[in-house]
Amino acid sequence: MSTTDATATRPAFGRRLARLGFTLISPRGAVFLLLALLLIAIMVLNPKFGDPGQLIRFIQRVAPVAIVAIGQYFVIVSGEFDLSMGSVVTAQVVIAGNLIGQDDSRSIPVLLFMLAFGAAVGLVNGLVTTLLRVPSFIVTLGMMLALLGAVFYWTGGAATGNPADSFREVGRGGIRDVPVVGIIPWSVLILIVLTLAAVWFARRPFGRMVIAVGDNVTTARYSGARVWWVKTSAFILSSLSATVAGVLLVGYAGVHPSVGNGYEFTAITAVVLGGVALGGGRGWVVAAVAGAFALEALFILLNFAEVPATMRDAVQGVIIIAAVAYSAVTFRAIRSGRTPETSPQPGEPSDLGEDRAALAPQTRTPNGARTTNGGSDAT
Amino acid sequence: MKLLRGRRLDNTVIVLLVLIAVMVVGFILVSMAGRNFLSPGNIRDILTGMSVLGFVAIGQTLVILCGSLDLSVPYVVSLASLIAAETMAGDPGKIAQGVLLALVVAGLIGLANGVIVTGLKVNGFIATLGVGLIVSGYLATTYQGTAGSVPREFQFIGATGVGPVPISTIIMVALVALTAAFLRKTRTGHHMYAVGGSQSVARLSGLRVWQPLVIAHVLCSMTAALAGLLLASRLGVGSPTVGSQGGYDLLSIAAVVLGGTLLLGGRGSVWGTLGGVAIFAVVDNVMSVLQVNPFMKDVVRGIVIVAAVALYTGRATERRKARFSPGRAATQEALARDTSMEGSAR
Repeated sequence: MSTTDATATRPAFGRRLARLGFTLISPRGAVFLLLALLLIAIMVLNPKFGDPGQLIRFIQRVAPVAIVAIGQYFVIVSGEFDLSMGSVVTAQVVIAGNLIGQDDSRSIPVLLFMLAFGAAVGLVNGLVTTLLRVPSFIVTLGMMLALLGAVFYWTGGAATGNPADSFREVGRGGIRDVPVVGIIPWSVLILIVLTLAAVWFARRPFGRMVIAVGDNVTTARYSGARVWWVKTSAFILSSLSATVAGVLLVGYAGVHPSVGNGYEFTAITAVVLGGVALGGGRGWVVAAVAGAFALEALFILLNFAEVPATMRDAVQGVIIIAAVAYSAVTFRAIRSGRTPETSPQPGEPSDLGEDRAALAPQTRTPNGARTTNGGSDAT
Repeated sequence: MKLLRGRRLDNTVIVLLVLIAVMVVGFILVSMAGRNFLSPGNIRDILTGMSVLGFVAIGQTLVILCGSLDLSVPYVVSLASLIAAETMAGDPGKIAQGVLLALVVAGLIGLANGVIVTGLKVNGFIATLGVGLIVSGYLATTYQGTAGSVPREFQFIGATGVGPVPISTIIMVALVALTAAFLRKTRTGHHMYAVGGSQSVARLSGLRVWQPLVIAHVLCSMTAALAGLLLASRLGVGSPTVGSQGGYDLLSIAAVVLGGTLLLGGRGSVWGTLGGVAIFAVVDNVMSVLQVNPFMKDVVRGIVIVAAVALYTGRATERRKARFSPGRAATQEALARDTSMEGSAR
């Protein structure tokens, strides 16, 4: 909101302000608007929430969800699903609890093992999806069942003790005695680093490739993309992010076999709230992170508003549908609204030829129809 | 047409082959444990295990054929069981009333799903996830535990059978036959294939795209309600958690895909779905007879789902590659052509 004020004081940037307003109501920016509204509503109900210390606690709480959303973003934007994330989180939490125990010296080797395990899960997901051509929905569903079953079989269905405190420090500790905020949790730093890394990744050729593959596999293949490797990498990133979330959750919540329950749906919801199209090809990783924040802010708001715990699901359902419907409808409106505006470009040379001008609307119609459908027919 | 019919047959044949293979392996394993796989009691167990998931999967097939998904089914199952049990309240005279009310409410939920998917252009995954959350919130707020009661007469549906075949399974298979006829013989059935194959092609061909989608969602919720009614008849009461405990959302989707229906829509059959459900039931039954650790069961289930679908898709893509130019879009287009051809031939 402060950026709006800053630009408003400089009338020379009126155009930029208009563009900002346009971005805020566009599906890409709508999630930031939603997040701001939710945060304001929370602060109205509970003014203490605005304290820097409280805010940083809020970010710490969101960190695992946001990190999982980053991983899910890459998978969804490449046109696939990862339903196994929650089970990966659970598996990693249980592995940490069982293998590290109270032995500090095992922390690093087990951490490396967990990362390798996470990468292996993603590799299997990716290879079965791309090489055996099984729909990722089914692959990761099978992986979810198999992983959860294996973890419970291994532990006998009961949670075992927490790992050594030094390992849990990552999830619950931080840099202490910082002036304004009191404590900067490690998880917040990890989230910032991972978000920056994800933004960097998304801008590199790999990130562009993921979007290209998600938008149209055939075109991407003809343009020389190694589709199987791009999708497999997305799955590996997703499982690795679930691993990191698991490490944070071990510290924050402790070892519990239901700790990763429903994380896959939370992550998908967060990503979709961020305006990322299910079915792939469209989306912005920062918006996906903002989606995770908005979702968690929504839970906190429901908590403060003293909505009965049992009704929270229902309110969440309404808001998800409303947010996605809004973005779907505005996206369509923007598409159809922009078309006449962009075709007669005043600065452009007019010698494009009659045939091209006549061709443009024809090519655009099926294209526009396809992209608006992308939201509903892609699964 | 001939080619098309041959290929359809192949789809179901592959599912059938997988089913036979699973049954042979099951037979050997069960015999090694010194039990009889084909005893009437065991066959009844398998068929009983099929019926609930079968009902849910029939509706799920329609929705997936249209290129959508329904994740709200487990909550509809629970809600239907509760509505029926509460309306009947142990009175045999109110059976019809309870069944009707449950079906109507479920149909309205399906209508909501369909309208959100088609009117608001929300992806089916998110729309039905959201509607499922809303229904689950209502269930959790309104009911603390099991409620209502079902008269004895209604319990017979879940408990009795003709020889080793339970009545519920007979109803389920009859519904499969009915749905297959619906897909083959009616205009809406053909439109479902067309819309699932490619929405834009269907629209350009002059179809009202929303119609088959909404109908599929309504029918899906109603078959889920039938599953809920069956569960109520078995339990004798309505339960707010019976659907989510069964995991019918993901399992029904897995069964549909196991039955050879394309997850992207536009291709598949309900008979295949029946085969997929049967594969699940046989695997579960064999593991129960062998007393496999319950957690290990999930591991096996997960592997079976992926392995069976891999077997299937591997063959299917080879077949498709030989006929069409590579790529998903091309095949979908060709498929839509096939379905519309079939429609005109009718």
